[in-house]
Amino acid sequence: MKVLVAVKRVVDYNVKVRVKPDHSDVDLNNIKMALNPFCEIAIEEAVRLKEKGIAKEIVAVSVGPKEAQEQIRTALALGADRGILVETAEKVQPLGIAKVLKALVDQEKPDLIILGKQSIDGDNNQTGQMLAALAGVSQGTYASKVDVAGGKVTVVREIDGGLQTVEITLPAVVTTDLRLNEPRYASLPNIMKAKKKPLDVTTPDALGIDVKPRVATLKVEPPSERKAGIKVADVAELAAKLKNEAKVI
Amino acid sequence: MSILVYAEHDNTQIKGATLNTIAAAKAIGGDIHVLVAGQNCGAAAEAASRIDGVAKVLVADNAAFAHQLAENVASLVAEIGKGYSHILAPATSNGKNFAPRAAALLDSQMISEISGVVSADTFKRPIYAGNAIATVQSSDAIKVLTVRGTAFDPVKAEGGSAAVEAVAGGKDVGVSKFVGEELAKSDRPELTAARIVVSGGRGMGSSDNFKIIEALADKLGAAVGASRAAVDAGYAPNDMQVGQTGKIVAPELYVAVGISGAIQHLAGMKDSKVIVAINKDEEAPIFQVADYGLVADLFTAVPELTKLV
Repeated sequence: MKVLVAVKRVVDYNVKVRVKPDHSDVDLNNIKMALNPFCEIAIEEAVRLKEKGIAKEIVAVSVGPKEAQEQIRTALALGADRGILVETAEKVQPLGIAKVLKALVDQEKPDLIILGKQSIDGDNNQTGQMLAALAGVSQGTYASKVDVAGGKVTVVREIDGGLQTVEITLPAVVTTDLRLNEPRYASLPNIMKAKKKPLDVTTPDALGIDVKPRVATLKVEPPSERKAGIKVADVAELAAKLKNEAKVI
Repeated sequence: MSILVYAEHDNTQIKGATLNTIAAAKAIGGDIHVLVAGQNCGAAAEAASRIDGVAKVLVADNAAFAHQLAENVASLVAEIGKGYSHILAPATSNGKNFAPRAAALLDSQMISEISGVVSADTFKRPIYAGNAIATVQSSDAIKVLTVRGTAFDPVKAEGGSAAVEAVAGGKDVGVSKFVGEELAKSDRPELTAARIVVSGGRGMGSSDNFKIIEALADKLGAAVGASRAAVDAGYAPNDMQVGQTGKIVAPELYVAVGISGAIQHLAGMKDSKVIVAINKDEEAPIFQVADYGLVADLFTAVPELTKLV
């Protein structure tokens, strides 16, 4: 079985982003970039399928700037076999990414496509579902457990209020939730080996995909700040304030 | 302009998130039609027809929609939705699952989790885990949106008398099957709909100790939440998690117990009306957003508070 994993270069999750003074966007100058945490989980799941003998080949793909090669190399160091970068300077939106990935799916014909449920920059949570729609295949989103057998994938999904289990037919798209697995760290020898693994570079144009944004960002502002309130001396004062001042109990 | 709102329901009742979504539709302005898709969902459709501000209810009653499988629901929404200027769904796990799929079928760049309506084509939404708010403008003919419930006050569930109309369309795409569901059973209110939420963090120390949080919650008629740290430590199940990667809540009163206040947690609760923090570490960042902070040992303070309220 062939597995395609899509990965994204995003701001490191430990960085607290700030809005630019002109409110045009967030300020990403000199900020540490990393593999999106949900994409790391996607790669890990693919590698585990390979270790179980279910997956034969893992292809890691990314749509983004030249620098996104770093994140593909990380995926290769974690166990992917080869990479494809669809290079573009455009900030491609989920529908555009899904169209690019659909073109790659047509070329590569994977049985299973694994993506993170969302990236921690745009928080859109759309690409996997959109790709499944465009490719006309089933989807298992927010996966916390994945079992592949007999041309089907049983996916335990994290939903509001609990868990749902669905059985979807391959080829399929699965998107990862946080508790699906705990990604490994790349070892130094594997990082060295990853440098020699093949990484092809193409462009949206070469694939015949228009990735121009459909949604314009007019303004980016900091959220309204909450002011710190007061410290109360003891539980009695707290209860009194909640009853008489805030009037919430 | 006409707006299609996808109803979240359990076949008999309309869920609260639908009312917040209709409020967002009202802010956009136009005829509001509600789509109820399910199996034997006539009662839910009746309930939808009584919602304030709804002009028409469309019912798609079909076994294919019984478990809200995204493949089947998206095919229906893309078909029915062609005649509308906007398609809105609640940003619940269900809405987030099918709406992007429907949007792609309509070749529309969806806008996720709007928290404000500026005009019919311009919306506000949180990005970077709520650390920035973007104002975005859609150029698509059909705008597909999911709505963050806590950002819109719900419309009234009663007072309307919309016509109910059966619609055909959509089908069992045949590539997915519902196997089962494990939902947490609780007599407490639902986390995202509760007036008061009491949450515990890593400071609780064990799942057993969550009992003191539950005692306070039951006295207050509150829902129980947890921080990601508490969930990761195994003190609480993951459907109780409040935060950017869990539930977004905005109750009238949020009581954070033994929670340090990581950014990811704050993103899920900072729109609460009144925030109380109880923590023995007076440097904990949670105090920077709390209206009332109490520096104390939670194991004595919380039982004492339970007695006093």
